[in-house]
Amino acid sequence: MSDKQIDEFSGVSTTGHEWDGIKELDNPMPRWWLIVYYATIVWAAVYVIAYPAWPLVRTATTGLLGYSSRGDVKTELDAAKAAKADYIAAIGAKSVKEILADEKLRIFAAAAGAAAFKVNCVQCHGSGAQGSPGYPNLNDDDWLWGGSAEQIQQTIAHGIRYAEDPNTRVSEMPAFADILQPKQITQVASFVASLSNKAENASDGDIAAGKDVFAQNCASCHGDNGKGNRELGAPNLTDAIWLYGSTPAAIAAQVRAPKHGVMPAWGVRLGDTTVKELTVYVHSLGGGE
Amino acid sequence: MFETSEIETFDATAVNSARVRQPLYAARKKIFPKRAEGRFRRFKWVVMLITLGIYYLTPWLRWNRGPYAPDQGVLVDLANRRFYFFPIEIWPQEFYFVAGLLVMAGFGLFLLTSTVGRAWCGYTCPQTVWVDLFLVVERAVEGDRNARIKLDAAPWSANKLLRRVSKHLIWLIIAVATGGAWIFYFADAPTLLRGLVTGQAAPVAYMTVAILTGTTYVFGGLMREQVCTYMCPWPRIQAAMLDENSLTVTYNDWRGEPRTRHAKKAAAAGQAVGDCVDCNACVAVCPMGIDIRDGQQLECITCALCIDACDSVMDKIGKDRGLIAYATLAEYQSNMALATMGGTSAIDPGRVRDAGGKLSDKVSTFHVRKLLRPRTLIYFAAWSLVGLGLLYALLTRDRLQVNVLADRNPQFVVLSDGSIRNGYTVKLLNMIPEPRTIIVTLQGLPGAEMNVVGMDHSAVRSFAVEAEPDRLKTLKVFVRQPREFVAGPTQHFTFEVKDKSGAESDRYEATFDAPDMSK
Repeated sequence: MSDKQIDEFSGVSTTGHEWDGIKELDNPMPRWWLIVYYATIVWAAVYVIAYPAWPLVRTATTGLLGYSSRGDVKTELDAAKAAKADYIAAIGAKSVKEILADEKLRIFAAAAGAAAFKVNCVQCHGSGAQGSPGYPNLNDDDWLWGGSAEQIQQTIAHGIRYAEDPNTRVSEMPAFADILQPKQITQVASFVASLSNKAENASDGDIAAGKDVFAQNCASCHGDNGKGNRELGAPNLTDAIWLYGSTPAAIAAQVRAPKHGVMPAWGVRLGDTTVKELTVYVHSLGGGE
Repeated sequence: MFETSEIETFDATAVNSARVRQPLYAARKKIFPKRAEGRFRRFKWVVMLITLGIYYLTPWLRWNRGPYAPDQGVLVDLANRRFYFFPIEIWPQEFYFVAGLLVMAGFGLFLLTSTVGRAWCGYTCPQTVWVDLFLVVERAVEGDRNARIKLDAAPWSANKLLRRVSKHLIWLIIAVATGGAWIFYFADAPTLLRGLVTGQAAPVAYMTVAILTGTTYVFGGLMREQVCTYMCPWPRIQAAMLDENSLTVTYNDWRGEPRTRHAKKAAAAGQAVGDCVDCNACVAVCPMGIDIRDGQQLECITCALCIDACDSVMDKIGKDRGLIAYATLAEYQSNMALATMGGTSAIDPGRVRDAGGKLSDKVSTFHVRKLLRPRTLIYFAAWSLVGLGLLYALLTRDRLQVNVLADRNPQFVVLSDGSIRNGYTVKLLNMIPEPRTIIVTLQGLPGAEMNVVGMDHSAVRSFAVEAEPDRLKTLKVFVRQPREFVAGPTQHFTFEVKDKSGAESDRYEATFDAPDMSK
């Protein structure tokens, strides 16, 4: 295509391509468009040199500026960490009691504890810490092992019946199926249910007989009046909170062959600071003592 | 077969044929507006002084709000999410005041345009004001119109270079001052100025100043009328706002045409002679570079400088002022009909004059009554209504508020003694810049008592809490009701908050959830 062909009608040169007698006009690009176009080419060249661009087999060219998006994330994370550093250090240095007394620190720790709770605890205790049968509700004011800040911290750090932690909280209720007659088990269950007015269908005779069985077999741990013993993790049997159900049948099942929940020790896994944060969170759910 | 002559031929030309082809992008034709003198020019100087004064000085006005709030009269405090306007303080959720003001601005613009046309464009638009300011500089450095045209055409010399450099330098200084003034609205002005000068201010401050310097310099100095003609949507929208009773800058060709530079000669020859002497003074002063005699046009910002220019010429040749004047389309058409005998003949200015050469009584003129018509009254009513609504909202708004969010997970907790507990996040908004003691009280819900996380008192119906000045206070409140009082799965009650020392109070209707005891 040596000689320029000019379209007669429009006066614009054509590309020389022809389809069924129709030729394609070769209108020039607007200059500003071309300038922008060339600028993008220059920009691309500069970008390829300055930034990571070419994929290699395992990695990619790093670019002169040494930029990486992971580096960006790291910077942001470091900045976020640095912003929290004072609080984290204070939480590490202070006791849970002191943290609870300091409003700003308490709010920070509770928020951090809530986040840690969502990751580590909700699987058993539920997203609102409301528990479920077999898993205690942490919102209420009934505590198996005590609801003071130190006691909660101890429970979280060392767990319950967690064999791998020597300081774990241990208690084990015997399986009374081997000790008591089935009749006695029904009687004691009726008595225990009556402590919190749940024994509507039990006869007075059963309850009276159950009281004797309780005194001989249960009072050593649960107390003479059934108020429980936190030293042993023995639940209070007179209140409205029941871990494994409040009906006489459910109580009888628990007397026969007790279920024992296990809670892992979180101290080693999460570290002291996070355990303190979790403690503050759980303590501030409303039942803390 | 047919003869070629039988085929009809057309007198048609392609719009883009090579003979008439023009580039898609027309190069800007330089405009050298001449300095105008007259009442509208004087009025514009005053408007310019006021608008620029407001813009540059407002951030420096102080307003004492006590020790707990900034003392800047007008401040948009983005970091703390507060907007201060003298005695008024606006929190983010009160942004409807700003929205309302914008609605008012909209109706105001409609009202203004339907009565006096594009007065906003001609007098108060920042683009117009700053271009005016830049033209003052240009005239001071390079001289008036003729001198500027001469300088522009002259080859480069030391003199031209000096004048050009100083002009652009002064423009840039104005641009920096303009961009700089903007950021003072967003931070304490004296502190920020000190920071800017000493290099201590935030990068975003410098960036903003740089960007606004750039736009001011480019829009005011380089692009000028192109901003109005090509970038601004208002010239297009205003067509819908104008009607036959709106005042616009009008060339009254019913008395001006036929224009001639040789009136005596033409009159001697027995021709009709209009008042226009075709001196082009109106074109020379026009900052948009247009000819108003071509009629109302998109480019015209109705700055009225052509009226000043024409009036001074009319004064010189001893004719009535108002050949170019503010006129409505209605009166223009009526006068035009008079001059052309209802459109049946060419304009004869003789028809609008009496025997003495004065304008005849039949010529209709503008009357203030025309401002009052349904359209303008409706705009004014809408504008006033929004304004009164805002005023009412402002005067009756709460400066102490309470918001309550009930815990949903868990909805309720059964406690060891069988009582039911609900958790609430109570937010107290102390919206004045003074610390206050706020009393929170439970109303309704018999037997119920409150506990607040982090507070010593337990099981109360009412408690006092210190609220920081101009801050939100968030409390975690547990409400506990003994089982025997629980009157159903859903009970309604009220959190009432009260300023201990004042009369201000607010309440929030909340719900207390309990398990269904009937089952």
